[in-house]
Amino acid sequence: MSTERSGAEILVESLVAKGVEFVFGYPGGAVLPIYDALFGEERIRHILVRHEAGAAHAAEGYARATGKPGVVLVTSGPGATNAVTGIADAFMDSIPMVVITGQVPTALIGTDAFQEADTVGITRHCTKHNYLVKDASELAAIVDEAFHIATAGRPGPVVIDIPKDVQIALAQWNGRAPQRRTRYAPQTMAPAADIANAVAMIAAAERPIFYTGGGVINAGPQASRLLRELQKLTGAPVTSTLMGLGAFPAGDPAWLGMLGMHGTYEANMAMNKADLIIALGARFDDRVTGRLDAFSPYSRKIHVDIDRASINKTVRVDLPVIGDCAIVLEQMIDAWLQAGHSAADLTDWQARIDGWRARKSLAYPDRGNEIMPQKAIERLYDLTRDRDPVISTEVGQHQMWAAQYFQFHGPNKWLTSGGLGTMGYGLPAAIGAQAGLPDALVIDIAGDASIQMNIQELGTATQYRLPVKVFVLNNEWMGMVRQWQELTYESRYSNSYSDSLPDFVKLAEAYGWKGIRITSMDELDAGIQAMIDHPGPVFVDCLVVKEVNCYPMIPSGAAHTDMILYGDDVAGTMDDAAKALV
Amino acid sequence: MNTQTAEAQERHVLTITVDNEAGILAKIAGLFTARGYNIDSLTVADITDNHEVSRITIVTHGPPSIIDQIRAQLERLVPVHKVVDLTEVGPYIERELALIKVAGTGNFRVEALRVAEIFRAKVVDTTTSSFVFELTGSPDKIDTFVALMKELGLVEVGRTGVVGMVRGNTAI
Ligand SMILES: Cc1ncc(C[n+]2csc(CCOP(=O)(O)OP(=O)(O)O)c2C)c(N)n1
Ligand SMILES: [Mg+2]
Repeated sequence: MSTERSGAEILVESLVAKGVEFVFGYPGGAVLPIYDALFGEERIRHILVRHEAGAAHAAEGYARATGKPGVVLVTSGPGATNAVTGIADAFMDSIPMVVITGQVPTALIGTDAFQEADTVGITRHCTKHNYLVKDASELAAIVDEAFHIATAGRPGPVVIDIPKDVQIALAQWNGRAPQRRTRYAPQTMAPAADIANAVAMIAAAERPIFYTGGGVINAGPQASRLLRELQKLTGAPVTSTLMGLGAFPAGDPAWLGMLGMHGTYEANMAMNKADLIIALGARFDDRVTGRLDAFSPYSRKIHVDIDRASINKTVRVDLPVIGDCAIVLEQMIDAWLQAGHSAADLTDWQARIDGWRARKSLAYPDRGNEIMPQKAIERLYDLTRDRDPVISTEVGQHQMWAAQYFQFHGPNKWLTSGGLGTMGYGLPAAIGAQAGLPDALVIDIAGDASIQMNIQELGTATQYRLPVKVFVLNNEWMGMVRQWQELTYESRYSNSYSDSLPDFVKLAEAYGWKGIRITSMDELDAGIQAMIDHPGPVFVDCLVVKEVNCYPMIPSGAAHTDMILYGDDVAGTMDDAAKALV
Repeated sequence: MNTQTAEAQERHVLTITVDNEAGILAKIAGLFTARGYNIDSLTVADITDNHEVSRITIVTHGPPSIIDQIRAQLERLVPVHKVVDLTEVGPYIERELALIKVAGTGNFRVEALRVAEIFRAKVVDTTTSSFVFELTGSPDKIDTFVALMKELGLVEVGRTGVVGMVRGNTAI
């Protein structure tokens, strides 16, 4: 039976049909018809954020933690432009997201109308795809295709820009799933010949290493399970990018820790000396490779990725394998068993790795009753591990310490802005994750500067009774900026001091949160425990040793073998070519 | 193995069939600028009765690894159906149309007309002191013609950019 419904109603019905539980949004003139259609709607819960950037990051956090696409609803003009950072962030980190933006009425488009922005133009290069809806009768099909595009292949954000008149216009609605166009169908299964080649290369390798990335997380929890299985069969050690943490359990003897700029000594050395790299859903980002012409010079490389454009982009590989990580891992396991391969004798390789491990690159000095930031993360991990928490972060030193010292044992527990490095990501991401996982312990590990970028979202958590925790490693600095200034600019600390910090405890209390300040080691465990035990949202202001820097570190443009370790003298300057690197 | 040796620059002609939707040209052109790829020429027109599919021809140059990236980047755009690198697939023809205006009298005018005949350019407009020639051919041929006309009173050139097609009886 077909009836006439408004564009706004068709949109809401289409979202319900896609199984959407939450919409993160903020109203305004150009989306009022949609907000009216949501009024009293019980099948979809709208989470009212305090800034549209918060909506986009909350949707990202929800998506990362639950594996389902996040949905954002914002008004035209400033609503849309405020959401752009989160859209760009999701694009870089391959997060499935559908963003609905209001637009001025069709007749006013192009006239510089009130709150008009060329949303489709602005988001063209930071979305997988975007639409300007011209006719309400197209809406159902567009929403359906948008979810397909956002989630299939390499996931990413899709924007649907809907002029106000299209939201009001009536169109036929029959409640049936629309006929989908077949134009987007990424290859998920790899050719058998590539798989056979890949497993033969692994079986023959003397110094193999798995280098895994966010693609393994995106391929679903089964990909993480299959990775563990393939690792057992082959015996090869595993390292991961920032985005891939959790796919392989930290604590497993084969785990080398994160690689790259702030990766462990053993992970980077093993990458450098390996004779075979098996890259799984990772993209040879500059933070990982360091100096390209010195990157893993002795290895052959297999690159498994669902995005053909990621292959041979910066590093040339010997065997590209295009497909979904979960499916390819399963194919590899089958092929390995079928070919009757058995794990090679990697004793020598393991011995070398143990030698590198013995450098203890994550060791740091003790400062008595003062809290070393690394120690704070270690205690946070120890005291929360039985709750299997979800951790989000902001961007800076605290993010790297969280990656280094918090241990992840499963996928979807680690939410961080890797590609774009967006300060202000962590609090809204935690809120989104908590909305999707009401019983989980969700903690934003934050910095004193980053947390202020979306601090207004404290109100969102209060309103929806979301018991998120914020744990600030307060060093009174934009620590990561200061670290680079020490390294590159002879410690000229230009604008990197966090002056005029608010009293975070009072601020939290003003928003209806519990506030806790931890100032010394003898308060640390009790403070963390009080945070865990409180049923509502808690803001912990943890005062840490201020001048600590984050090691190991491969300076921009250096080789993996040129790592700076704790205790090395780093103060200095660099030539202009080195300064130009990011 | 991954030393980025200075690869030689190659010129490639790509044809791209796309859904004829708003913004697709901006998306493709923007992809080239955002990623620092070169566009030497770009042509586009819809090629189906229902106006649903357009064919874009892009001439680009770069090292082989970049040409491969360009293809991969184009292929992952949702409205892109197919990308064919004519330079890779085999013998192909490429043609471009140019309008060339030449002004002059006397000997210059006679000579311009004679050169135009040799190039099989058509006269599509004339006054007593000017010609507009229409010339179709490979970009090289047009370059040569334009260079000659510079000495014979060239005042204006308009070119369409290249369209290309594989030789033989099959479609790409
Ligand atoms: C939106 C945004 N602006 C600027 C930066 C550059 N940036 C990277 S880390 C950092 C300092 C972060 O300071 P804080 O949050 O206190 O973390 P810390 O490094 O001290 O742990 C800055 C400014 C960024 N990543 N994101
Ligand atoms: Mg700080």
